[in-house]
Order: sequence, then C-alpha cells, then structure tokens
Amino acid sequence: MLPEAMTAERTTVRSPLVEVEGLSIHFPAGRAGFWGQSQLVVHAVDNVTFAIAPGETLGLVGESGSGKTTTGRAILRRVNATRGTIRFRGQDITRIEGEPLRQLRRNMQLIFQDPYASLNPRMRIGEIVGEPLLVHGLVRDAAQARALVVDLLERVGLPADAVDRHPHAFSGGQRQRVGIARALALEPEFIVADEPVSALDVSVRAQVVNLLQELQEALGLTYLFIAHDLSVVQHISHRIAIMYAGHLVEIAPAGSIYVNPKHPYTEALLSAVPIPDPKVQRRRRRIVYSGEVPSPLNPPAGCRFAGRCPRATRQCEMEVPPLEEKAPGHLAACWHS
Amino acid sequence: MSTGSIDASGPGHAAVAAEVDQRGPAAVLGPGAYRGRPHEMFSALRGMGRELWQDKAGFAGLVILVLLALMAIFAPWIAPYDPGKGDLFAKLDPPVWQEGGSWDHILGTDHLGYDVLSRLIHGARVSLTVGVSVVLLAGGFGVFMGLLAGYRGGRTDAFIMRWIDTQIAFPGLLLALLILAVVGPSMITVIIVLAINGWMVYGRMTRGIVLSVRQLPYVEAAEMVGCSGPRVVFRHILPNLTSPLLTLAILEFARIILAEAALSFLGLGVQFPETSWGLDVARGETLMAVAWWPITIPGVAIAVTVLAVNMLASWARITSDPQEREKRFARQLAAREKRRERRERRLGVRPAGVRP
Repeated sequence: MLPEAMTAERTTVRSPLVEVEGLSIHFPAGRAGFWGQSQLVVHAVDNVTFAIAPGETLGLVGESGSGKTTTGRAILRRVNATRGTIRFRGQDITRIEGEPLRQLRRNMQLIFQDPYASLNPRMRIGEIVGEPLLVHGLVRDAAQARALVVDLLERVGLPADAVDRHPHAFSGGQRQRVGIARALALEPEFIVADEPVSALDVSVRAQVVNLLQELQEALGLTYLFIAHDLSVVQHISHRIAIMYAGHLVEIAPAGSIYVNPKHPYTEALLSAVPIPDPKVQRRRRRIVYSGEVPSPLNPPAGCRFAGRCPRATRQCEMEVPPLEEKAPGHLAACWHS
Repeated sequence: MSTGSIDASGPGHAAVAAEVDQRGPAAVLGPGAYRGRPHEMFSALRGMGRELWQDKAGFAGLVILVLLALMAIFAPWIAPYDPGKGDLFAKLDPPVWQEGGSWDHILGTDHLGYDVLSRLIHGARVSLTVGVSVVLLAGGFGVFMGLLAGYRGGRTDAFIMRWIDTQIAFPGLLLALLILAVVGPSMITVIIVLAINGWMVYGRMTRGIVLSVRQLPYVEAAEMVGCSGPRVVFRHILPNLTSPLLTLAILEFARIILAEAALSFLGLGVQFPETSWGLDVARGETLMAVAWWPITIPGVAIAVTVLAVNMLASWARITSDPQEREKRFARQLAAREKRRERRERRLGVRPAGVRP
C-alpha cells in the first residue's frame, strides 16, 4: 500500500483515467396497454457519477439487478449509454464506433465472471490467449504469438505446456487465469473484472484475487472490480462504490466505508459480511431490512431505498438524495446521514 | 520458434499415450497440428488417417464412399453391358443366386431386358453428383443466410426469415415443375431446382443456433478483444454448428437422392434410358409384384451410401469436438489395454492383473 501522502497526490494531482458522469442506461422492454400505447423502460442505471484514478482499484458492489455489471459494460462500450458521458484519459468515448472503438479495446479489457463459458471450448489455450495479438496485428502468425503467449501464461501462473491444451483440461481457477492472460495480452491500462471470482471455489478465490493484485503492482493496472460480496472486494479495493437499484448510494475509501458506513444500505451489507471470530460474530447484530427492491420498470420518485429504509421520511420518498461528501473523500446519497 | 512436425505436448492424454502406445500423441492431434508447411500437412493427414483407422465404423464408411466414387468414375469400364440398351431376349431375369438366374446378368434384368448391375453402376454417377452438389449448394447458401440473419439481426434477420417463410409456404414440387418445364430437364437443372428448394432448412437451423451461441461469454470475449464480425462468425460461432449441420446434411443427402427420383419419375429429371438410382427405384415400383430386384437393388445402393456417409460423419462430428475426441481416445486406449490383458492372461505370459 502506498503512503498516505502519495495516495492523496495520486487522486488529486493526476487526472483520472476513467470518468463516468451522469451515466444512465435504459433498455426498452416492450409495450404495455391494450393498444401498446405505453413504452416500458427498464431503468438499469440512473445518474451514476464516479472517477477512477490510474493505478487504483475501485470495487463496485451491489446485489443482482443493481446495475453494476451494466455500468461496467457501459464503460467498455458494450452497452450504449442513454444519457451521460464516459471519458477515458480525458477523451469522450461515449459515442465512438467502428475502428476507434476497436483501438480502444487495446486499452481496456474485460475479465469474465464465468470461466467455463468465457473460453471457446474448440480452441486451444494458445489460440485463445494469442487471438487478441493476432487480430490487432501485433504478431504476424500463430507461431510468432506462441512465445508471447507462453510469457503471458507464466505471468498468470500457468505452465508453458498449457498452450496446446483445450480449456476442458483445466479447473475453474486455471481457466480464470487463462481469461486473465487473454485480457492482459493487449497490455491494457484499464481492466473491468466482472465478478471474476464469484464462480470459483472459495479455496481458489484468494489465489485469483492475489494474482490480480500482483499484476496491478507489476503492470500498473487500473481495475474496476465488480462483485456482489463486500468481503471479496475488501481485500483488493482502494475505494469502494455501492450500487442499489441503479443508483450509486455510497462511494468511499475502503478503510472509511468499513469503519463508518454512511448509507443504511451499506450498513446492512456490511452486517452480512462474516467476521472470522465466533465470539464477535455471535454478538453481532445482523441488519435485515424487509421489503422488496423497487421494480426497475417503474422506479420510485425519491430514494430507491426508501421503501425498505428504517430512517425514511417524506422527503426520501419525494426527492432523490444527491451524492454528497459526508466526510473527506467519503460520498453518500442519503438525506439522513 | 520451431514448429516441428507435431508437438508431443498435445492434449492431456499425451503422457499416458506415450506410455501405452507409441502412436498415441499423434493420434490425438490432427487438424490442429497443421501449421502451414507441406511436410506438416502430410503428417497432420497421416495423424488423421491413423485416428480414422481407430474408428472402425468411420473407416468402413470412408472405404465404401471411396469405392462408390471409383465405381461412378470408371463406370464405362466396369459395367458389363450398355445401361441404355435392353436385351429383349433376357426380360426379367432374376439375379444369379436365385433359380433361373445366370452369370450373364449377375443382378438380373428388368422387364425391358436392361441389365440391373450396369444400370446400378452408371446410376451412381447421377445420384452421387446430384446428392453431393445439392447438399453443398443448398447447405452453403442456407448456412450463409442463417449466419447473416442470426448475427446481423434486425432488418436483415426479418427480411431473410420472411423470405424463408414465403419459400417454405410455396409448394416445392410445383416450383420444381415450373422451372423444369421452362428450362427443360437435365441433371444441372435438377441440381439447381433441388438446391433452390432445399436451402431454407439450413438457414432456419443455423439462425437458431447463432442466436443462442452469440449470447455466450466467449463470443463476447472475442468481440471484446477486437475480432472483426466475420472472424467472430467463422471462428467462434460456426464451429458450434458442426454436429447439427452434419446430421442435417446427411438427412438431406438421402432426401435429395429420393427427390431426384421423384422428379425423374415425373419425367422432369433424368430421362430414361439414362439412369440414376432414384429413377430405377421409381421404375421398379411397377414391377414390384412380379420381380423384387429391379427396385430393391438400387434401393439398397441408396441405403448403403447413406449409411456410409453417416458412419463417416459420426466420426467427423466427434473429431471436430476436442472434448469428445479425447474421451474417444481414452476409451480406445482402455479397450486396447483390456484386450491385451486378457490375451496375456490366456497365454499365461504374466500373472493376471499385473501390468508391465
């Protein structure tokens, strides 16, 4: 971990690598009504703003359907933003298409959630990892890619003879390493890791997370680390952002959010993280809020969490709380914190 | 770096293979080992051949198909009689093994004295040509349209699918009759007509599979790393179509041979005394009550051809899937081990159950 002064310098002086401003993503979801007069819209992500500094890991946490994966995909331009802007190194990439987008792929890559489905079963590991090099014209042919692929495989802790094997010969953790090697092949600066360990056995999760951390130190990578589980991101993230039903509810340095959560939803999430000490764990109060996540087809006018929040007032139901700085570097969207 | 002829560091069983069978690693390699140089191609082909030899049914299929092709090519030299001339003194001679048969007409003659064997040998030409070219034409076009519809989606998809619907709704035989009546019957027109009639099924199936496969994460991964559209389609999506397409193509092959028979029977395909298996089956139908051979023998030829294609295709299907291929290889190894053990026990070479 870097000293405090340096971290501060990083975030204030150096311009952010990735900036997301007022990002909203809506999907059409068919029509309703007898004549099909009303267009249904899924509000997957609404008005999300954050920035990621070079070399930083931002953990993006939320439950299923909270819009965290959609946000990650939007930054990578797999999903089109309905509103808002996405900037990469200060350049607006919200609407780029075609060849510039293809070139952008060299700078930002994705690590997939499911290592079983994200590798083509009919290709050899060497072909999978070497393909990015080949399609970007960085190598002439497969033979030339081979040496580079072997390097990449060693870098992620796989033996060189993996090159000629097919994905089915590997375990989940090993496959995820292959996926990481593929993402690294183009030497990107920024990687979106979309729940990279949630499909893995608990015993290999730590290995993969550690590998990602080592790679970050060695290569100066910047991560957006998406997870649905706070205990996983805790280890790797510098800052953590919490999403709920398409809204960003809290974003803060990792240390600050665990010690002093500002949003009631974050409190509930934290109370679900087990503590490896049975005495403490037994005495701990588990916060469970009743109620349902609001429908993304028809989101409430005010705070999305208002329906389940014990502190909710009339204001919460009517107005969306702005994301404000509650403590230095610690932003939360709540009227009552 | 050196690419060598074949890398021994092949699939997972390579180590096991080397221990049990010297030819092991080469047998599990094959298409993937080919890296572009002539000697590499030969060794890759040899590896394939060896792998095919291991699968007895597939090998038998290949042998039958090669023999059929040779028979078709060298028909004029093999056939004992002119298939277009009847011998009115030898009408409805039964095959040689039946009472009344003779070695003059090994497979008998039909009611006009045409030699069944000669017609069978010559008929292979039309039937195989029509079958293979229609499957290739219709399959190629149908798969291309299916890929286009499934991958592009939107208007392209809607247009192609409505086109297919329209063409399926239109009675195929009527269309065939219309075209053949205008253009005039010949083998080429039969091929074109049957291809026009047969591509839709490939198109629909391909589109369906593309729609499901393109959602898979590894296709997204290919797009993420910057693969172009055609590369995604041909490298990542198309290989998933191998087994369903092979199955469909075989079914279609048999159907096409019979469809050619139907057209010929209606006088719109090959014209008697020209010959094709389908035509002879159709002609033999009227004689069924008095003589079984004029219809059964070309019928058997069709059945054997389809069976051979099937056996070879089943081998090809497994070979195209790396996981199935390794499983098959492991099964073969295990079976060979067991055979050897049994043999050794019988001969008393070693105590039972002890491996070398």
